[in-house]
Amino acid sequence: MSQVAETTGSGAWAGDGEVVIEVQDLHVSFQGRVGVFKGLSGKQPVVSRAVDGINFQLRRGEVLALAGESGCGKTTTARAIMGLQPPESGQILFEGEPLPRNLKPYRRKVQMVFQDPTGTLNPRQTIYEIVAEGLRIHGIDRGPNGEPEEQLVGRALSHAGLRPPERFFLRYPHEVSGGQRQRVVIAGALVLEPEVIVADEPVSNLDASVRGEILQLLMKLREDLGLTIIIVTHDLGLAWTVADRVAIMYLGRIVEIGPAEDVLLRAEHPYTKALLDVVPEAGGLDRPILTGEPPDPTRIPEGCRFHPRCPVVESGRAAELGIESRCRGEDLGLRHLAPDHEAACYEAFLRHEGGAAPA
Amino acid sequence: MQAPPIKPGGDRAIAGTQDPESLPELRSPRRIRWTRRRIALSRFWRQYRKSKMGMIGLAILIGFAAMALFAIFADASGVDPSKVSGPVLAPPSRDYPMGTDDFGISVLTLVVQGSKISLLVGLTATVLSMTIGATVGIVAGYRGGAIDTVLMRFTDFGLVIPWLALAIVLASIIGQSLGAIILVIGVTSWPGTARLVRAQVLSIREHPYIERARALGAPNRHMIVRHVLPNAMPVIFANTILTIAIAILSETALSFLGLGDPTKPSWGTILEEAFAAGATTLGAWWWIGFPGLCITLVVLAFTMCGFAFDEIINPRLRDR
Amino acid sequence: MSEVLRLRDLRITYRTESGEVPAVRGVDLDIQTGEVIGLAGEDVLAMKPGRLRAVRWTGASIVFQGAMHALNPVQKVGDQIGEAITIHQQAGEREARIRVDSLLEQVGLPTRRGQDYPHELSGGQKQRVMIAMALACAPSLVIADEPTTALDVMVQAQVLRLMKELQNDLGLSMIFITHDLSVLVETSDRLAIMYAGRIIEEGPAEQVFHDPKHPYTEALSAAFPEIGDMRFRWHPTGLGGDPPDPADVPSGCSFHPRCPKAFDECPQIDPPLYDAGPGGRRAACLLVRSPAAAVGSEVPR
Repeated sequence: MSQVAETTGSGAWAGDGEVVIEVQDLHVSFQGRVGVFKGLSGKQPVVSRAVDGINFQLRRGEVLALAGESGCGKTTTARAIMGLQPPESGQILFEGEPLPRNLKPYRRKVQMVFQDPTGTLNPRQTIYEIVAEGLRIHGIDRGPNGEPEEQLVGRALSHAGLRPPERFFLRYPHEVSGGQRQRVVIAGALVLEPEVIVADEPVSNLDASVRGEILQLLMKLREDLGLTIIIVTHDLGLAWTVADRVAIMYLGRIVEIGPAEDVLLRAEHPYTKALLDVVPEAGGLDRPILTGEPPDPTRIPEGCRFHPRCPVVESGRAAELGIESRCRGEDLGLRHLAPDHEAACYEAFLRHEGGAAPA
Repeated sequence: MQAPPIKPGGDRAIAGTQDPESLPELRSPRRIRWTRRRIALSRFWRQYRKSKMGMIGLAILIGFAAMALFAIFADASGVDPSKVSGPVLAPPSRDYPMGTDDFGISVLTLVVQGSKISLLVGLTATVLSMTIGATVGIVAGYRGGAIDTVLMRFTDFGLVIPWLALAIVLASIIGQSLGAIILVIGVTSWPGTARLVRAQVLSIREHPYIERARALGAPNRHMIVRHVLPNAMPVIFANTILTIAIAILSETALSFLGLGDPTKPSWGTILEEAFAAGATTLGAWWWIGFPGLCITLVVLAFTMCGFAFDEIINPRLRDR
Repeated sequence: MSEVLRLRDLRITYRTESGEVPAVRGVDLDIQTGEVIGLAGEDVLAMKPGRLRAVRWTGASIVFQGAMHALNPVQKVGDQIGEAITIHQQAGEREARIRVDSLLEQVGLPTRRGQDYPHELSGGQKQRVMIAMALACAPSLVIADEPTTALDVMVQAQVLRLMKELQNDLGLSMIFITHDLSVLVETSDRLAIMYAGRIIEEGPAEQVFHDPKHPYTEALSAAFPEIGDMRFRWHPTGLGGDPPDPADVPSGCSFHPRCPKAFDECPQIDPPLYDAGPGGRRAACLLVRSPAAAVGSEVPR
């Protein structure tokens, strides 16, 4: 009999690698504003449940891709992990301890790479000052072996692939190319010698042919510096290229999570399958395409939040299996289909219940 | 014979970027900061030079600044202009290029002495106004929330105060003095600046580099000093230039109304004395005309410089 | 098959404060009726304004990228579509309204949406409105400039499918401009890859994507890896540097500073489009002219 653990996915199976960051039941909501008159007439502000109950673990040395369409809550999750977005409820644990009130020491360990390299850099600062900023904020004027600031900055720029670093000290962001700007952002994060990097769409604003470079850099950093990386992306092709594990998000929840090979090649959740189907490639547009617009976090459906667009429900297969009422009525969480592969789908669960044994 | 294939390199393929100068020994962060400032300044100057209006304005200002400095120097060397006297109410001539007043004092001397006061008062009042205005603007814009609301109410209050009435009231309390004038101008013109600066800070706050600094762990003080202020500086500076022009005009008006210090005559005071002595009916156009011309020129010059400055900072803002 | 559009030696130069900038440096293009040509390459966006003027009066229509900016926010969308009709076709108001409704249906929107303002529509819906506007004047050629860039993958797929259906039903010819090569391969019959203001490779879409002859095309298609292709697992591929500044194009072959296969002749000769295979395949690369060139044989200067 298989051990299919019904959990909310907080990692019954530890696997190898210690857990660096653990997200427990994270909820983040945003409230819309209500005009004075509408408020007086009793209208409630619109609440957008951007992150609606997320659990996952980040293991040391891995690259985890948080993937999904816009509005699924992946960026909000990333910002919550960075401490830039206070959660409504839930916890984020770093090395087993919940995040402290004073996040400054935490920031030395977990750093962020942003989506827009041009906007993220202050146009009035030289590249040197941009990279040195982290050191100055934390009052670091010497390295662990007594290295002066210039050396630390130079080293970070070198690690980020900008060599010789001195050539870039006096340059301004607008004087270098887009790919180089992103390297500057990465250098700025590396200078604090963090353990974890949270990368929010690190290449989507860059020209297509330059993206590979930056991704290569991230992989190299993982190898050379032992970094752990979370990449937020909407591009599953990117996940295929660099991720160990992939977590697919939909409407504020993780709907599938597991090793990239499993999630991308043997997807279980109907939404994952739809996303994969829709990735453009030679072969035409005859594949099934989901109807409707990207989902609205202010109006989350009852039951399984994907059921209104789910091909399994629409095609009648859910009814055949007798689970349609559960799809419409029960809010399902992630269930293990295999030791390291979880999905929030009854149909998938039923298919596996008979057979999947831990490898 | 063929060379080995050229390997692609990120560095080499930078299109259109130039090394501004060959790199000197860049050993210290302080050097870097000063070099950056030097480069930024020279870049700014190169752009400013292109504006004809700006250059003319600057030339005029330099002229008047020289005049004011000369006045200070003359003071320091003990020359008392009231001693030197010529024919009473004489029109401009070779000896007295701007004519004389009803005491026989050369109007030119008066104007030169007056420049010192007018410019000084204008500048001091502006410094006061900008300091209050910029501080309020930055704090309100950056903190937001309740602090913002309260500060903005103060600002609104300041905007509606009739400054003339306030000046008269103050003068009647403190007595006629330049200090009172400076105070009045400073206190009534900061709200305009505060509004402008706050708007700029609000837009700066939305920039992704602010969030990056926060992600790095920056405390508020660091944010304001290193990010908000430098990016708000262009707006503050442009506003300062225009504020000086307004301050000088305001001072002129207040002095003209008799609220100034008669022992320290500014151009406005000269005009007041001229009118009081009936210069108009006596036809002594030079006594009113030359001081008036100076005021106009100075205000015009500041405005022109302010416009030139605006032209430089605005296209850049548009690009971003 | 007749030709809908023929471009010969198209050149577009911008006048900027730093001098003249040649954005397009000699482009030849033929489009047959009912054919879809995909135009790819980074910074093809630089071409827009000149292109507008050049083709407006030849009976073509344009669909813009970022529909959020091209729609008038204070006018109902139905009225905006109708405006296009009344202006260009001298139709009466009632006629126009009927046409607007039929257009909205064609693009898959309920007709009552015509009464909405742009901010009441989602991104995908706005894009459909843009398409309706483009079709309003029954053009023979539609130029679609990055029509799906700002959209989510799912919505993008919907819009692309719509465009393909319309193109088939109405027999439209299309020039589809985007930097996303994988989208082009899906929707186009032929591909033309642009770099630094010139076409550097063209041919049937699938062939160009899967069997590129120009190193730039190779790099571009490698940037869109197929999921499941083990060659790309752990192997992100990319090029260094950036596309050249149109005001400062490198000598000889404009791609040579970034080219992994460049050799000593490349900075000196600016290759024209050489024949590169059947089906009208052409590529502007010295390696196509003589593949032996890079391998140590004597090359006359």
